[in-house]
Amino acid sequence: MSDDVLLKVEGLKVHFPVLSKGFFARQVGAVKAVDGLDLEVRRGEVVGLVGESGCGKSTTGRALLRLVPLTGGKVVFDGVDLGELKGEELRKMRRRVQIIFQDPYASLNPRMTVGDIIAEPLAAHGLVKDAKERQTRAQALMERCGLDPSFVRRYPHEFSGGQRQRIGIARALASDPDFIVCDEPISALDVSIQAQILNLLKELARERNLSYVFIAHDLSAVRHISDRIAVMYLGRIVETGTFDQICDDPKHPYTQALVSAIPVPDPVIERRRKRIVLQGDVPSPLNPPTGCTFHTRCPVAREGKCQSEAPTLRTVNDRLVSCHFAEEIGDLTGRSE
Amino acid sequence: MSEVVQGTSLWQDAWRRWRRHKVSVGSAVVLTIIVLFCAFGPQLVSLIWGWTYEQQNIALGPSAPSLSHPFGTDVLGRDLMVRTMHGGRVSLLVAFVATSVSLVVGVTYGAISGYVGGRVDSFMMRFVDVLMSTPYLLLVIVLMAVIPPNNVSFFGLDGSFVLMFGALGLVSWLVLARIVRGQVLSLKQKEFVEAAHAIGVKPRTILFRHIVPNTLGPVIVYSSLTIPSVMLSEAFLSFLGLGIREPQASWGTLVNDGSNAMVVYPWLLVFPGLTMALTLFCLNFLGDGLRDALDPNARKS
Repeated sequence: MSDDVLLKVEGLKVHFPVLSKGFFARQVGAVKAVDGLDLEVRRGEVVGLVGESGCGKSTTGRALLRLVPLTGGKVVFDGVDLGELKGEELRKMRRRVQIIFQDPYASLNPRMTVGDIIAEPLAAHGLVKDAKERQTRAQALMERCGLDPSFVRRYPHEFSGGQRQRIGIARALASDPDFIVCDEPISALDVSIQAQILNLLKELARERNLSYVFIAHDLSAVRHISDRIAVMYLGRIVETGTFDQICDDPKHPYTQALVSAIPVPDPVIERRRKRIVLQGDVPSPLNPPTGCTFHTRCPVAREGKCQSEAPTLRTVNDRLVSCHFAEEIGDLTGRSE
Repeated sequence: MSEVVQGTSLWQDAWRRWRRHKVSVGSAVVLTIIVLFCAFGPQLVSLIWGWTYEQQNIALGPSAPSLSHPFGTDVLGRDLMVRTMHGGRVSLLVAFVATSVSLVVGVTYGAISGYVGGRVDSFMMRFVDVLMSTPYLLLVIVLMAVIPPNNVSFFGLDGSFVLMFGALGLVSWLVLARIVRGQVLSLKQKEFVEAAHAIGVKPRTILFRHIVPNTLGPVIVYSSLTIPSVMLSEAFLSFLGLGIREPQASWGTLVNDGSNAMVVYPWLLVFPGLTMALTLFCLNFLGDGLRDALDPNARKS
């Protein structure tokens, strides 16, 4: 991992308009799926993005690839602002940024052979003009991803879930990208297959110096693959740090609540451990709370600043936290002593 | 590289399922025979007996089926078998031309409307609604008046017929466009389309390579059922005197003429009627089989 930043996200906003009914529909509101998100991914780095369902993880992943329109903010990839690109320029850029989808059944066209699916990026960007050569390249990629290359002429429905996910990975690799968004690539798979796919992704990242944003809804899935973990809540990053920082010494009260839900295999600590049970539900992204979006459920929210002023990510103990009182609240979980 | 395993595509799967559908396969065989009978029959008859479809023999008059006239002759002494074959050419061509036109127009229109979406989609579909609520007979009559009759010959037929049945096709694409649009609307939300987009595939390629092939199942089924309905429309138009004129014939006109004289000269109704009914039967069974093969889920319910 080097220090140069491959992807820099600043104040990313993705709002989905809510329209009134009828032909002359007017916008009556917006679902603020992502609302002011900052993130940096260095070359060769794997960033795990975790959060509850509905917090905007997948939307973030799609926004990084400009698969959904950006409402505001910047996504700068290797010095190029993706938000500025249009039409053909954007299409050309897609060679370098790829995505692996969650559902390996829905993300492959059932009418195409595996070879054609994997070779599609090569054809779309005119990287390999000769159709035969493309199939050979597809076979090499299949072999690398742990598939039998003699299956190039088979169709997706003839494969298992894990194999299909390998096809999806091979397709994402075909155009030799620098950056891949992994949108919960293992959550639709059998537990026994998950580790294999994780290991494959990890090897590939090391081998090709790839950067990932690895989206998951639980910490355990990302712990083995991520260099850094970013925790999301209601369309924002609340804390980023290494796995050890996040798990052993979380600073943000939300992260602490998440971590406190993980059982500890040591009975002494387990007995001492206090679970932080958050009150209420996640507020609606249609109408998020003012100030710090977490203040409605925060066990240590204080009158005043928390309601009125949105905290920004700042460095506390070598990691980024977005909480006004990160230094003062200390450990709420009762783990470390 | 080791030996490549040939996979089974969804089309091949469907083909295998279809072949198990005996009635449907039988229908296809019978249809092929009828098509060959109509396509090459007239030449054969003129070689053997020397009759053509417009050759009259007033002296003979309406005669019952015999060795020299297997289907008998009509009131003007024309050989009914040649006329049935000739009528078949017209009817089948009508069906083919109209269905092809409706396929091309309907699929393209529906696909674009569904894929572009938004306001464009609204306008395109309202246009379809307007055409649909217009009585189609009126539309065909107007189209016939607008299209100038010409003397171009097409497959031994007056070109204006072909144009007219093209017009019939232009009316029958409406339902198809709706079907395709609906399919496209649901397909464009699928992840593999998003995947293609993320890869950087061009929009036109996405539409015609990823979306349209996945709509073809219902399209083929619907088209195979359009053919008989177009043939019936043609028979109906001819019956009203809007379609085929003497000495040309189609199955519709032959049946119409035959029904006028059926008490006295039953063969005039029986032979063309049977041929037409058989064709329609076969087309419907073929469509049934295709539906079962291409849409296996629909059957379970």
